[in-house]
Amino acid sequence: MQAAAPTRFFAVRDLRAFLLLVLFLPLLASCGYNTIPTAEEKAKAAWSEVLNQYQRRADLIPNLVETVKGYASHERDTLQAVVEARAKATQVTVSPQTLSDPNAFKAFQDSQAGLTNSLSRLLAVVENYPDLKANQNFLALQAQLEGTENRIAVARRDYIEAVREYNLTLRTFPSVLWATLWFTNNEPYQTFTIPDDKMQVPTVNFGTSKG
Amino acid sequence: MQRFSTFAPPSGLPAISPASGEIGCHFGFRQSPTLPVGEIKAAVQSPPLRGRCPAGQRGAPRTALSLFLTIILALLPLSAFAAELPKLTGRVVDNAGMIDPATKAALVKKLEDFQKKGSDQIVVATVDSLDGEPLEDYANRLFRAWGLGQAGENNGVLLLVAKSDRKMRIEVGYGLEGTLTDLHTKLIIENTMVPAFRAGDFSGGISRAVDDIIMVLEGNAAELEARGRRNAEEQSSWSVDDYVPILFMLVWATLFFGGFAMAVLPPIFGRKIGPGRYRWLGMDFQTGGSRRSGGGWPTGGGGWSSGGSGWSSGSGGGFSGGGGSSGGGGASGSW
Repeated sequence: MQAAAPTRFFAVRDLRAFLLLVLFLPLLASCGYNTIPTAEEKAKAAWSEVLNQYQRRADLIPNLVETVKGYASHERDTLQAVVEARAKATQVTVSPQTLSDPNAFKAFQDSQAGLTNSLSRLLAVVENYPDLKANQNFLALQAQLEGTENRIAVARRDYIEAVREYNLTLRTFPSVLWATLWFTNNEPYQTFTIPDDKMQVPTVNFGTSKG
Repeated sequence: MQRFSTFAPPSGLPAISPASGEIGCHFGFRQSPTLPVGEIKAAVQSPPLRGRCPAGQRGAPRTALSLFLTIILALLPLSAFAAELPKLTGRVVDNAGMIDPATKAALVKKLEDFQKKGSDQIVVATVDSLDGEPLEDYANRLFRAWGLGQAGENNGVLLLVAKSDRKMRIEVGYGLEGTLTDLHTKLIIENTMVPAFRAGDFSGGISRAVDDIIMVLEGNAAELEARGRRNAEEQSSWSVDDYVPILFMLVWATLFFGGFAMAVLPPIFGRKIGPGRYRWLGMDFQTGGSRRSGGGWPTGGGGWSSGGSGWSSGSGGGFSGGGGSSGGGGASGSW
């Protein structure tokens, strides 16, 4: 009996420790340790989708330029601007690792905005060429380009939302503890901003308030 | 596990809506939460109450309660702002009244049959006005809010017509972008819908557009059938993945609540056989330090049933989206 009592005691204590471990290890996860990495990976995935759609747009442009050239070859300046803007835009990429770098992000955003501007100028020029507008190939490219622009808008919106959530976890209460104690290298991600020239309120002038 | 991930609401969309009564019903207040704020305050701090007891004793918790109620009530209208999207009442949500009843019935039948074949979910929606929101944004928001298409496949299509904006859009889920391309949707809109709409034939235009969409999707017949089989399997049988979390929860709940049950339940339900000793379910329990003598693990404790139902994909009874999403594929047009 005397030998049995201590072993039984240890067995019970071991079991108790094991049970405590089983109980509290998952609780650690629910304390918010996973919050920051989860949000970070979501933001990175959303960013990959943004890059994916911008790449898709860049891939459409050579075909578009070729098609337009066949009908409007003397719009050389506009076409050249698109080609150059595309070359510039494909050079600047922001990898998920440098998403927190404001300068790299701004360079990316500017280059894509440049491509957007030159493309919209090209599509405005095209309005002058009825033959081109009736071309099946051009119609197909235009539909794809429109769809891609819309996908870019959706991907950007999703990215903005994912970044908002990630940045929130770095700054709000329960998870900010983890951010200061453990994830000290994590920095808030950059997100899309509206360029200053597009922020201006459009002025409507019917010619009545002049002078 | 995909089934569980669909519980997360789409980003930026209202997960709860006051219309379906999720707010305000679970707090268990005696006062009806629909009362205006002023009335509740008046009821809580009624004069006879103050007369009976000193102000400091009963006033503080009551004030806190009324403050809490005020905050809850103040939050109610806030959540109502986001819930402007129409409800998914069926496969044809004709809020603008553009489709005549006969066409609508035929459309519903056609879409139901088509979903049975390949699990692709097509929904037709008409709205009166977009309230100034861009059509593409609205369509994407609506698509995600309704969760058209099956969760893993994202094989939904939304045909949206905004009556007073004179615009229409075919929004395509991620999974169908390869089959129903932007060009297809553009051609359907320009060649089928716009001429009919210009002639005032809304029912015919929508009906023929749906025919075209189905034709394009069926053009890839092998892919369609494979998708249908995959989703039929997913719905009919539970895979191991579905059992694991439930089993986990059960074990947990037993561990967690078993101890409580052992301490609390015997004194309540058991028969007293001595000071601090109870007999219940054929076992002797002793409260206060020492443990029960009967051996065996108590079967009580209940355990969560954890409700692993997931989304029904709208095959029976009511109609609902399967949790699919869209990345903005498709095309828009105007008439």
